[in-house]
Amino acid sequence: MNNFKKDFPILENKEITYLDSGATTQKPIQVIEAVEEFYKKYNANPHRGAYSLSMEATEMYENTRTKIAKFINAKHREEIIFSKNATESLNLIAYSYGLDKLQKDDEIVISIMEHHSNLVPWQKVAKTTGAKLNYMYINDEYELSDEEIESKITDKTKIVGITHVSNVLGTINNVEKIIKYAHKKGAVVVVDASQSIPHMKIDVQALDADFLVFSGHKMLAPLGLGGVYGKREILNDMTPFLMGGDMIEYVHEQTTTFAPLPNKFEAGTQNVEGVIGLGAAIDYIENIGYDKIQEIEAEVVGYAKQELAKLDFLKLYITPNSKNHSSVISFNIEGVHPHDVASILDNEGVCVRSGNHCAQPLLRYIGMDSTCRASFYFYNTKEDVDKLVCALKKAYSMFEKYIVK
Amino acid sequence: MEDLTDIYNELIMEHSMNSYNKRKLSCADFCEIGHNPNCGDEITLEIKMNGNVIEDMAFSGHGCAISQASTSIMIDTLKGKTIDEAKEIIKTFIEMIKRETTDEEELKKLEDAIAFKNVSNMPARVKCALLAWHTVEGILK
Repeated sequence: MNNFKKDFPILENKEITYLDSGATTQKPIQVIEAVEEFYKKYNANPHRGAYSLSMEATEMYENTRTKIAKFINAKHREEIIFSKNATESLNLIAYSYGLDKLQKDDEIVISIMEHHSNLVPWQKVAKTTGAKLNYMYINDEYELSDEEIESKITDKTKIVGITHVSNVLGTINNVEKIIKYAHKKGAVVVVDASQSIPHMKIDVQALDADFLVFSGHKMLAPLGLGGVYGKREILNDMTPFLMGGDMIEYVHEQTTTFAPLPNKFEAGTQNVEGVIGLGAAIDYIENIGYDKIQEIEAEVVGYAKQELAKLDFLKLYITPNSKNHSSVISFNIEGVHPHDVASILDNEGVCVRSGNHCAQPLLRYIGMDSTCRASFYFYNTKEDVDKLVCALKKAYSMFEKYIVK
Repeated sequence: MEDLTDIYNELIMEHSMNSYNKRKLSCADFCEIGHNPNCGDEITLEIKMNGNVIEDMAFSGHGCAISQASTSIMIDTLKGKTIDEAKEIIKTFIEMIKRETTDEEELKKLEDAIAFKNVSNMPARVKCALLAWHTVEGILK
């Protein structure tokens, strides 16, 4: 058994098997204490005060920006913008880039497996600008084929939105290939790394991503904090998303000039505790190392796939190519609604998500209304998998005689 | 949590999996969709009136066992009732699920729908039990 659970008070104190890290991860004591320490010793409003406490708060806030920039290998620290969550990050890009740059008959291409956050904003952009929103569909193995990518991204495509890892299927998309191809066609690419950055090393320069968004709370940090990476020359060329405090240079009665990056995109007092917590989360992840995280996850998720495949009443929605699969497993007990399964699992202390996972078009495409989803992180163990399997057997036995075959 | 068979009891299971009320009416007076966007449950309710009396009701759609059974048992309960009687039963059902009433006498008028009493112990599923009832409430208003 791995000993990471001891760092997570909620996993230590509660008798739960937590398999919903795709929704939000639990927080290690190091992150919780970093937030507490900030309020006990450093709390002041960054960028506002000339007194030393505010300077210290500013320094901590800005140091975390530098830390994230290094963490994802951004070229410049001001290419990192803090937001409320990945959804707001994507809205920032849709409003400040999409609405300004797109014109009638341009094309936006996204995949059918996008979370609503990387889908609904593009509908808005398409509707307002007259651009067309096109989809790349998955094949029978729940993956995007090269042919699909090359047939959908065309000379008319101006923006490609792609999730690095699907929050429903766990499919790891070939973003390198998509970015390369999109650039050849003259499009910019927005990568949603919410489900990948907790599990794998992200290098925005190696990927050559134009934009990349992530969510802090899915990578051990507090809720309510997200981030945008954008190439400096693109961000410089964009108008601000939200207007107000701290994002300005000169404000006159009728006109305003804006602050340089990154402040231009951070209006109002930010979630400073969240940023501090994210800094601590990154330290924690780097301390373990992605190699170790992937080693644990490969073992635990591999075991889960093997054990779940033995349950003949279960249908799994995962690619057979394990190298293209991350740490999310969607499944259904055939004939039983996922919410009922989740309630019975809950009664056994097993936390899984059920529903449409904010991906209605994907579920409709695979012919489902909803699924159960178990999502894993490095603090999960094979014992957690055993508890899941045991609870699933119980759920099936409750429903077995009523299931309409 | 208590034994789950208090919630997933025989009656609820029977109604959820294979309901005779899941059909189409040939000439409905009202047709209304009830939708729970968070979980995706969706039911279509059809009502045929005879003057002031609910003569027939049916449903279609999909959802969890609780929402499906609740819809089916509601139909059994409300069929043959006047609009005023139905409104009173709906009000009592909602109060039962929200734990606003526990009066046994009061709850008797719910007939089989009393089977959902323990759903109130499962806050995550309360909305499933109420979906059909709120939908009919909207039609009868």
